[in-house]
Parts: sequence; C-alpha cells; structure tokens
Amino acid sequence: MTNNDNARRISALIQQHQAEIGADWIANLEGMAFRSDSASQEQLRRHCRQLLALLPDATLSGGFDSIEGRAWDEVRDQLTEISGQRAKQGSTPSETATFVFSLKQSLFGSLRQSLAAEPELLAEALWNVSTLLDKLGLFTIEVFQKSRDQIIVRQQQELLELSTPVVKLWTDILALPLIGTLDSARTQVVMESLLEKIVETGAAIAIIDITGVPTVDTLVAQHLMKTIAAARLMGADCIISGIRPQIAQTIVHLGVNLDDVVTKATLADAFIVALARVGSTISRKA
Amino acid sequence: MERIPILRIGDLLLVTIQVDMHDRLAMTLQDDLTERIVKDQAKGVLIDISALDLVDSFIGRMISNTAAMARVLDAQTVLVGMQPAVAITLVELGLTLPGVKTALNVEKGMSLLGKSYQ
Repeated sequence: MTNNDNARRISALIQQHQAEIGADWIANLEGMAFRSDSASQEQLRRHCRQLLALLPDATLSGGFDSIEGRAWDEVRDQLTEISGQRAKQGSTPSETATFVFSLKQSLFGSLRQSLAAEPELLAEALWNVSTLLDKLGLFTIEVFQKSRDQIIVRQQQELLELSTPVVKLWTDILALPLIGTLDSARTQVVMESLLEKIVETGAAIAIIDITGVPTVDTLVAQHLMKTIAAARLMGADCIISGIRPQIAQTIVHLGVNLDDVVTKATLADAFIVALARVGSTISRKA
Repeated sequence: MERIPILRIGDLLLVTIQVDMHDRLAMTLQDDLTERIVKDQAKGVLIDISALDLVDSFIGRMISNTAAMARVLDAQTVLVGMQPAVAITLVELGLTLPGVKTALNVEKGMSLLGKSYQ
C-alpha cells in the first residue's frame, strides 16, 4: 500500500469520525486543565473544531511527507493564528505544543478501532499520523516563538521611545535626562527627539543629563559628541550634566576629549549656567 | 543662468536657499556672496537653509568655506534654519562645521549677529 492510499484512507477516516475525535480531543485537553476560565475553554473548543475540520482535505491532497506544500496552507494559517493568540495570552510553549500533540491520543484511538482488522496498515497509519502531528507541533512552536519574538521587538521599540523624553525646563531651555546604556540605535532616537524638540520650542540651550547612564566609554562619549554637534548645527548649545565621580575618572582615563563641551556635575549647576546664557535669573524671596 | 538672490538688510546680507543646491550653483553663490560682502561692506551674512532637506558633503564644505571667506572679509556668518534630518546627516558625514555659527531661525540668527558686532 502506498503513501497516497494511506493518506486517502486516513483522510476519509478523520472525516468520518470527526465529531468523536474532536470530542475526545477536547475532553483530553480539558482534562489536562492548563487554564480553566470559561472564555479560554470556549476558545479552545473553537480552535480544536477549526483545526480538525481542515485536516482531512489537507491530508488528502497534501499527503504526509511535508507540511510545506500548498495543500497545507490553510492548516498552517490556522495554526499560526492559534499560536499567535496563545503567545499574546501568555501561554507557555509546552501548553501550545501540547495542544497539537494531544490530538495524537484521540486520532490513534480512532485509527485503532477502525483498522483493527488490518494490523499492518494500522502500524503504517500510526507512523504516518505520528510524524505528521510531530511536524505540525514543531511548526506551532516555531510560530509561537516567532510571535513571542515580535512582541519582544515591539516592547523594545516602545522602551526606546519611552526612555528618551525631552522636557522643557524654562523658556529656551530643554533638558534631556538619559537613562540606560547609549548604543547607536538609541543615540539616533535621542538625537532625533532632541532636534525635533529644538525646532518645536525654539530652545537655545539643551542640558543632557547622564546621571542615569551606567557607564561612559569611548563609544558612548562619541555618541554624545555627535548629538551635541547635531544640536549645535541647529543653533542650540548643549551642556552635559550629572557626571558621577567614577564617570569623570573613566572619561579622563580613556582620554575622551570633552574640552569643547560645557560639563557640570549636577543638573542644578547646568540649569544655573543655562539661565545665565538665556538672560534669566531666579532669586529667593527675601 | 540660475542664481540665488542675496538680499541686503542694513549691514547684513541674507541668502535664502530655496532650491536644491547643485555644485555649480553653490560655486556661483560663493562668487556672488564674496563680491557683495566687499561691495556692500557687509558686517554679517545669514545663510538660511530651512528649505533644504538634502545637504551633501560638497555643500557642507562649501558652506564652511564661505564662512571662512566671509571671516577674512571681516563679516560674521550665521547658518540658520537647518532641518533636524540635515543636521543628523552632516554629523554622520563627520561635517560638524566647527567654524560656523548657527541659529535656529533667521530672527535668532540676526540677534546673534547683532550681539556679536555691537
């Protein structure tokens, strides 16, 4: 018996016993009870039914050898959607994989009943179905991982934007409190948001506060100098503040040249300088 | 031939670059500007590039050179209105225009010039 015949038999079998297999599968899954809220149970049932409905056709036209072909498109789309939803809801990878693998038990049961009279065919069919479900399971995990990765990338981007606020301290004075390590990508974002804000507010001075930058090496210093140079081209002077004692030591040991830039130990000192530059003064009431 | 107009305001010269700068236009501007500085006895030059969204290394160097020439002729140059994207590009190209004064817009550039030679 060839693979094709097998595929036809099994496809017909699944089609025929779809309802029982589905019910058994759902019962299995619910027995494992990873999550018990009713909304997700309803969702689980829907996912099971949808996937099972697609299996016979795909098996019939696509065979078992590979799930890359056109015939398996719909099944792959369905699995992508399911694992995408699961990734968003915070399911673990094993939960997601178990969803597919648990179908084995129900399918095997059904095959055993129907093919009891033909042991050879049964063995072959079991092997076929088993490898098929393994492939589908692995595919699901892969997609699951991908959607998790996407979530992480998106969060990184959000973090990037959140962590670079430019605040207006006074008329013509901006402050840029930097928190976290400065790499090239962040420098780009910092530079862009600073320059946009300079245009928006018409500020003449920007104070870059590096209290929250854990280390300053030559690369970070270079990124800072680039930002300052760009701001200067737009007509705004920069002051660096919040230089901690260790950082001052590192800067000197590394031989970083900060001669062209005004540096202050604290944001308050920098603010006083900035106020003097724009011609404002603050005084305490007598 | 295409030329960039140079306007005289008191003892300042205002150059507003509104079109895409190609290399020959830049060279013509340099010639015209140096001549006008001498003829009008200008004390300051404002170059407004707010309409430029593309500046390459040649234009960058040309601006830097123009500022140096103006300085020789005893006029201060202020480059005004640079777009953020242009500023980032120039910095990435390594052209930080160290000898050129900059301001955010024409108004600020004028007050900068006013302060520097009064």
